[in-house]
Amino acid sequence: MNLSSQTITELKEGLKKGSFRTADILASLKTRYESVEEKVRSFARAPFFQEREFRPSGCLEGIPIVIKDNICSEGDLTECCSKVLSGFVSPYNATVVEHLREAGALIMGKANMDEFAFGSSCETSCFYPTRNPWDTSRVPGGSSGGSAACVAADEAVASLGSDTGGSIRQPAALCGVVGMKPTYGRVSRYGLIAFASSLDQIGPLTKDVRDNALLLSVIAGFDKRDSTSAPLPVPDYGKEMEADIRGMKIGIPREYFVEGLDPEVRSCLAEARARLESLGVTFGEVNLPHTPYAVSVYYIVATAEASSNLARFDGVQYGLRATPASSLEPPLIAMYKETRDKGFGAEAKRRMILGTYVLSSGYYDAYYLRASKARRLIKEDFDSVFKEYDLILTPTSPTPAFKLGEKTEDPLSMYLSDIYTISANLAGVPALSLPCGFTKAGLPVGMQVIGPSFGESDIYRLAYQYEQKTPWHKMKPQL
Amino acid sequence: MTYEPVIGLEVHVQLKTATKAFCGCANLFGSKENSHTCPVCLGLPGALPVFNEKALKSGVKVALALNCAVRTFTKFDRKNYYYPDLPKNFQISQYDVPFAQTGSLEIQAREGRRLVKIKRVHLEEDAGKLIHAEDGPYSLVDYNRAGTPLLEIVTEPDLFSPQEAYDYLTDLKLILQYLDVSDCDMEKGTLRCDANVSLRPAASQTLGTKTELKNMNSFKAVKMALDYEIRRQADVLAEGGRILQETLLWDEKKQATHSMRSKEEAHDYRYFPEPDLPPFVMTTSEIEEIRKELPELPEEKRRRFTRDFGLSRKDSETLTASVRLADFFEACVNLSAEPKKTANWLIGPVSFQMNSRNQDITQLRLSPSALMELIDLAETGKISQLAAKDVLQEMLETGEKPSRIVEEKNLGQVSDSSVLKTVIEQVLAAHQKSVADYQSGKENALMFLVGQVMRASGGKANPKTARQLLIERLKP
Repeated sequence: MNLSSQTITELKEGLKKGSFRTADILASLKTRYESVEEKVRSFARAPFFQEREFRPSGCLEGIPIVIKDNICSEGDLTECCSKVLSGFVSPYNATVVEHLREAGALIMGKANMDEFAFGSSCETSCFYPTRNPWDTSRVPGGSSGGSAACVAADEAVASLGSDTGGSIRQPAALCGVVGMKPTYGRVSRYGLIAFASSLDQIGPLTKDVRDNALLLSVIAGFDKRDSTSAPLPVPDYGKEMEADIRGMKIGIPREYFVEGLDPEVRSCLAEARARLESLGVTFGEVNLPHTPYAVSVYYIVATAEASSNLARFDGVQYGLRATPASSLEPPLIAMYKETRDKGFGAEAKRRMILGTYVLSSGYYDAYYLRASKARRLIKEDFDSVFKEYDLILTPTSPTPAFKLGEKTEDPLSMYLSDIYTISANLAGVPALSLPCGFTKAGLPVGMQVIGPSFGESDIYRLAYQYEQKTPWHKMKPQL
Repeated sequence: MTYEPVIGLEVHVQLKTATKAFCGCANLFGSKENSHTCPVCLGLPGALPVFNEKALKSGVKVALALNCAVRTFTKFDRKNYYYPDLPKNFQISQYDVPFAQTGSLEIQAREGRRLVKIKRVHLEEDAGKLIHAEDGPYSLVDYNRAGTPLLEIVTEPDLFSPQEAYDYLTDLKLILQYLDVSDCDMEKGTLRCDANVSLRPAASQTLGTKTELKNMNSFKAVKMALDYEIRRQADVLAEGGRILQETLLWDEKKQATHSMRSKEEAHDYRYFPEPDLPPFVMTTSEIEEIRKELPELPEEKRRRFTRDFGLSRKDSETLTASVRLADFFEACVNLSAEPKKTANWLIGPVSFQMNSRNQDITQLRLSPSALMELIDLAETGKISQLAAKDVLQEMLETGEKPSRIVEEKNLGQVSDSSVLKTVIEQVLAAHQKSVADYQSGKENALMFLVGQVMRASGGKANPKTARQLLIERLKP
């Protein structure tokens, strides 16, 4: 029985009926892994296919879940796909992992990612790049490229990723799966190895909207170990999404439909809009006037925080410790330098240097402080649109999946592939990407639904009703 | 030209909260290495800090005792620098918005009591401890102290001599002890002090270039380091030189400072707001609640002791120099002891015993009622003052009641003339020269003879009775 392509909902049904057991699911996934992983390379390292202990109750009982390599799980290697963390076995579980285990899920393995989530193509992983299951000469997007690809390639039922500037949504769009970046504070960050603390959120990547809503219900909630998590109750997203969308008001931001947007992506969005209008949704053009500053603001705030967050990878306590053969410097300084030089890849170094620069005395006001002010304006843009509109609809990524190596030499063009996703992180609002069509070449296209803070239910509602009327989520890549 | 020193002090105090500042680990000194650690205080990847609001409460107590304005809204910042005792390679601290500022502390200065201006009080986390191996080129790190709460108290450049700096530190420590927020032990590092010092021409208002002094491990060392540095700066200026802005380390053995780093080598800490901790908010009423819980502070106590008990300023200062001694004194007075006599006993014989035993009043085997009983025995003449001191000694050794000791050791004062007369006859027989001296008009000889009677009676003779009997006996 081929179970690898089934959704959580379908598998739960089968397990409940006794049609198969968890071991059968794992066996199917193993067969699939053995046949396609060579081509896709979704995983940071070989997953576990033997049945690990799981709690025999809960809404994910016996369901295997893949998590990104930057989420700590006790006793497992957690390396952020970076040499500097080589050999790091987490002694504790991230809160989301505890939630998954309490719900009965099994942590099946760790997905490949851009090193420390620095990238939009999964090419900066210290292991190997992940490839797009729809066209293995193309990237899966990033940084949660492995998390998206394993779900798209049916090597996993569902996965968790993390999103700092689009790292769940952009790969979800490029791989044709559903990916949610929840409201900042909705999901605990405890145990997520930080990239940019004020922007990071963990979220689910799934084969359809229902699975996504279910998984978010499990991982969301207040955590006393994360002071930035919100002390708010978690709705039953799966139930709330079934409500009608007739009369919903959707804003289309002018600033998102400009030069640089691929014509095929544009036409997919236009079709999606028509489809939604036929479901009784009304649309209006809106302005998010500070959008042009988002990428600059993001690369100041995110790199500043990253430069500080990544300072701890110094060879003292864990991970790589490199010592130069000989050095004129004091041994400690030489060890620091050698460890960080050998441990971090080029993109990580670039971002830490940038972040260090913008925080330096004499530059702080001009960069970090101004960026913080601009960030507030970007948030106010969203606040004012959401006074009149329920949701905002945009493309997720300006282009479909690009070729491996196409943007690695040009960091700026790589940074621009997150141009539509970055603002939601800066504003802290939730945003979801779901499939909305394919290009003529057969590459998936994603659309992004952005909601007000803690408005996940409405996002799922729109996405679910749209998905019910479209075939995109049922399409499978040929591998 | 004569120069005036201008000094500012930065004091770090370890707060004795039950748990660390940002995690649930015990805040304990002297445990096995790395036994009080967790992912948070080890700075493991993915771990996040959670603020211990009890540390803030202790901090607010101190700030209010120092008359500071306490903010209702403050935030934490990251101070970035690399050192192996700092697990995250940044310290959670407060930079541009300390939780309290613009306070003062009253000290005894040369021109009388005056206020020293406090610039700011903020909270931060402490680092771990490096242990440098003796058997090889490596160091070990103990993270038990990492993440424990530190309070930093910074004065304005408002101290004008090493003695004032010393007095400020003594008074600050006393306040912290009254508030019961820290052990304030410089040797254990629970209180640390850095000093900034510069010289300026007398009567000038402009500050000169300052140097920063570190590594002093006692208040005395702070004073000596400042003395040294002021002399050094004065010598440089006298030779027409310029003071370099630098950080200097005090070398206790050499009794000298040496340069640690110059201004050019100073760190750029790249402060920015700590994104893992939301700003914290206190209401004015929460702050006022803490103010109400403040105990009586040393200066209020001193004033009350002089006013209500008629003690001298000096005696009040001595009694209040330890909150425990002051409490003991008040316990005695509440048992209706006579305040001045009690003060004399506490400052005299009892303090002598505390010093020689190196114990504080609560460690002595002495209760307020036992002390009162002893004072009563001495004041009513039942035992001599000399014997009373022996009884005190015995009380502390055995924990016995004073009356019992007097009885057992037969220390009761002898006023019975018939008993004393026998002793007097023996003394007169043995000291005929003194008898002759006295009779020839040398009054001093009488004191000598009284002393001999006391001695012969084993200290039990009532000296007044003995004197009276001697005068009668030696009348021509």
